[in-house]
Amino acid sequence: MRYAMAIDTRKCVGCSDCVVACQTENNVPIGYCRDWIVETVAGTYPNVEIELRSERCNHCDNSPCVRCCPTGASHYEEGGIVTVHHNECIGCGACIQSCPYDARYSHPEGYVDKCTFCLHRVEKGQKPACVSVCPTKCMYFGDLDDPNSEVSVVMRNRNHKVLAPEAGTKPHIFYLT
Amino acid sequence: MKTNRRKFIKISSVGAGSLALAKPVLGWLPKFLESEGPLDDSKAKKFPTYCEICFWKCAGWTYTNDKGKIWKIIGNDEDLHSNGRFCPRGTGGVGMYYDEDRLKTPLIRTNRRGKEEFRKASWDEAFDYIAERMKKIANKYGPECVALFTHGSGGHFLGHMLKAYGSNNITAPSYAQCRGPREVAFFATFGRGLGSPEPTDIRDTKCLVLIGSHLGENMHNGQVQEMSDAIDKGATIITVDPRLSTAASKSKYWLPIKPATDLALLLAWIHVIINENLYDEAYIKKYTYGFEQLKEHVKNMTPEWAYGITTIQPHIIRETAREMANASPAVIIHPGRHVTWYGDDTQRLRAVAILNGLLGSWGKRGGFYLPEKHHVPEFPHPKYPTPTKSWKDAFPGQYNLAAETLASGICDATIPNPDRSCNFKAWIINGTNLIETLPDRKKTLSAMESLELIVAIDTMPMEITGYADVILPECTYLERYDDIRVAQHREPQIALRMPAAEPMYESKPDWWIAKELGKRLGLEDYFPYENIEEVLDWQLKQIGSSLEEMQRIGVKTFPRQEGSPYIADGEDYEFNTSTGKIELYSLALEDEGFDPMPVFTAHPQPENGFYRLIYGRAPMHTFSRTSNNPNLHDLMDENSVWINPKVAKLWGIKNDQYIWLKNQDGIVSTFAVKARVTERIRWDSVYIVHGFGHANKRLSRAFGNGASDTQLITNVMTDPIMGGTGMRGNFVTFLTEEPSKEEVES
Ligand code: SF4
Ligand code: SF4
Ligand code: SF4
Repeated sequence: MRYAMAIDTRKCVGCSDCVVACQTENNVPIGYCRDWIVETVAGTYPNVEIELRSERCNHCDNSPCVRCCPTGASHYEEGGIVTVHHNECIGCGACIQSCPYDARYSHPEGYVDKCTFCLHRVEKGQKPACVSVCPTKCMYFGDLDDPNSEVSVVMRNRNHKVLAPEAGTKPHIFYLT
Repeated sequence: MKTNRRKFIKISSVGAGSLALAKPVLGWLPKFLESEGPLDDSKAKKFPTYCEICFWKCAGWTYTNDKGKIWKIIGNDEDLHSNGRFCPRGTGGVGMYYDEDRLKTPLIRTNRRGKEEFRKASWDEAFDYIAERMKKIANKYGPECVALFTHGSGGHFLGHMLKAYGSNNITAPSYAQCRGPREVAFFATFGRGLGSPEPTDIRDTKCLVLIGSHLGENMHNGQVQEMSDAIDKGATIITVDPRLSTAASKSKYWLPIKPATDLALLLAWIHVIINENLYDEAYIKKYTYGFEQLKEHVKNMTPEWAYGITTIQPHIIRETAREMANASPAVIIHPGRHVTWYGDDTQRLRAVAILNGLLGSWGKRGGFYLPEKHHVPEFPHPKYPTPTKSWKDAFPGQYNLAAETLASGICDATIPNPDRSCNFKAWIINGTNLIETLPDRKKTLSAMESLELIVAIDTMPMEITGYADVILPECTYLERYDDIRVAQHREPQIALRMPAAEPMYESKPDWWIAKELGKRLGLEDYFPYENIEEVLDWQLKQIGSSLEEMQRIGVKTFPRQEGSPYIADGEDYEFNTSTGKIELYSLALEDEGFDPMPVFTAHPQPENGFYRLIYGRAPMHTFSRTSNNPNLHDLMDENSVWINPKVAKLWGIKNDQYIWLKNQDGIVSTFAVKARVTERIRWDSVYIVHGFGHANKRLSRAFGNGASDTQLITNVMTDPIMGGTGMRGNFVTFLTEEPSKEEVES
């Protein structure tokens, strides 16, 4: 089992529904977030192109955050999901510094928090909150080891890229282009 | 403890690093967020609702957590408006409930209007105050002199109260300030308006043409979803916009048109389709009226002619016209929604309708489907009295084709004029911030000066509540029952809204407000029930459902009564126009003395140093009503003014620099607004998102953030056909130094 997410940049409209749905689902305090939107603009008027992306933790195979965590609070769950045991986290912030994607934040209650791939939902067979709310249905989630999963199918049929491949982290959020 | 606020939206230009649009962390946490971790859905309770954050009225479920507190809102999978997926505003609707700036008790004004000084009052006292004045007005001037402005579900109950009282002057700014022209234009052409949600069959279209319509930034949920489906299926999208909108960025063709020239482009497209024989002759013969006149009319409106006006190259005009024709009839020239731009809007939308008519998309899969709604009987009540005066008396012989009451018309008819039989004396304002909604603010303020009573019923303090004599705190949609949602769609469907929590503070639902005020006006016979549940249950039982059933399922779909949503090829179909055909040549417009076919007129362009003010929407906000919502404010806390880099350089304006805008009439924005220097906008225009620049200090988060476009819209071009208020003929220049107080207030 290897969970992954593929996000179609041709369909994403940058609406931030994934951000607010994550906040309400996971009780992320106002002012913080586990996912966010990036817009890149290239060219000059009228030959301009933009790309809109919903970003979050990449649930990397080779995660610097897990490696550098002094207490083992940052760890891998089944299916490659990277999460933090809040009660074991001492809030040192080493992982925040180590993440090339800036995916982690200090929760006001003193621990480090980040995207969990909505493990609590996925365990019950539900999709992550961001995936199930997205009005453009531009996000695909599932098991890469299952060739028939939504995410495997869409990755086979479309070109895709990852962010900061040079960091060598083996990220598992793929952007369909 | 590190409290750096995360940045939600990072905007970066390639090579320029990333920039964040954000402010420091808020010091406020709603109580429910203090609980730890996400909750198991199985421990939650859910209550059906339909969303009130915009007019799309998506149906879903309000979840409460194990402590019974409102937790999250999720779409109902059976709902045709949302398909189980709410937009960001609907998802963030919880913030409307938790907003600590909400109106909490009835308030009565203690200083002059606009001064924002009120004292707390009991509901009894507030009702007595209003009822006494309404009775006096009815005796002295007639009940017709009371008008209701409403933009929300509560309007149903308040409207009932007002009709029982004797006035039919009920209006929503969504007509004359928004979609009115397209309703009149489509009615004149096809004998049927569009309504809401618009019956655009986007999911199956092969070609979608958007003219200034920024789907994806306006989150008209079903349409945004279907646009995405259409992208998946490889549909061609053609977007006409002076700005590279989100939709434009996803389009095969982006036509960066010179603003205010759209009608020339539309006429040129019609010209190409006729001239290159790109239409179906048999279809035109069977279903349309006036083809020969149209052909003659557009004879000289060539792409070369349009090029000089629109700056769109002739070969692009031809190519895009051919794309549309190739896709026909699965093509949609989208009518848009907010279309009150230049005062000739009905005619521009007529050109849109004609183009759809020529391409045969009406009643076709991938074009426009024929929607249907379910009939739900009204709860029995005595007959309403017949009013003898109406807002229309102020406009003899004018606006005969307007099918709804003009909010701006009521405003005009309020300004005292001895020749009129109907000078309004009271406004009841529910869920619409008229100061930000009606253009030409000076006029709105001067109209209000002559009113003997202003009542505002709202959930939030807004600019308009500052002018009220009495403010009544309405509870949010998550805390109340409302009228059953009966909306048109591919299949008729109804939805229930029920409370997920008791109303906070002393706020109350509109059905109760209408009933209690009605009682004090001696109208108790019109409210023969204790509770709204009785009314809803009775209504639902008439159509074979019940309140109990709807509480369980939330939405219910009924079989269509009117046959297929599509017109079959060759079917004998009669359109509801005087000729029974699609009127390319409109007899209704001709009868009223207007051009039966649209004629292009040039509109003023900005003078040197000025830029056309274009405004629009952001996906996380609805008008000015959501800007203080903690969740949505968190996503976007201010607007910015989009400026082309060449223009910015000329003015020495840097990205993220705060500047002030000054319009052609010398009006200066009250607050500074951040410059967003971007290649996504033409050099002759600037763009801002509507709904910011709140001047009410009681909005602790939204106050003073950004600029209000409405404040700068002082030039209004009125549509002679239906009275729509064209708002895109305003030009602004930049002030890079903080203006003096006098300058701002001039
Ligand atoms: S909800 Fe979907 S469309 Fe909206 S920003 Fe997130 S990924 Fe993009
Ligand atoms: S998967 Fe869950 S935790 Fe991660 S960004 Fe999406 S909603 Fe948030
Ligand atoms: S489109 Fe969004 S704001 Fe409008 S009703 Fe639907 S969920 Fe609510």
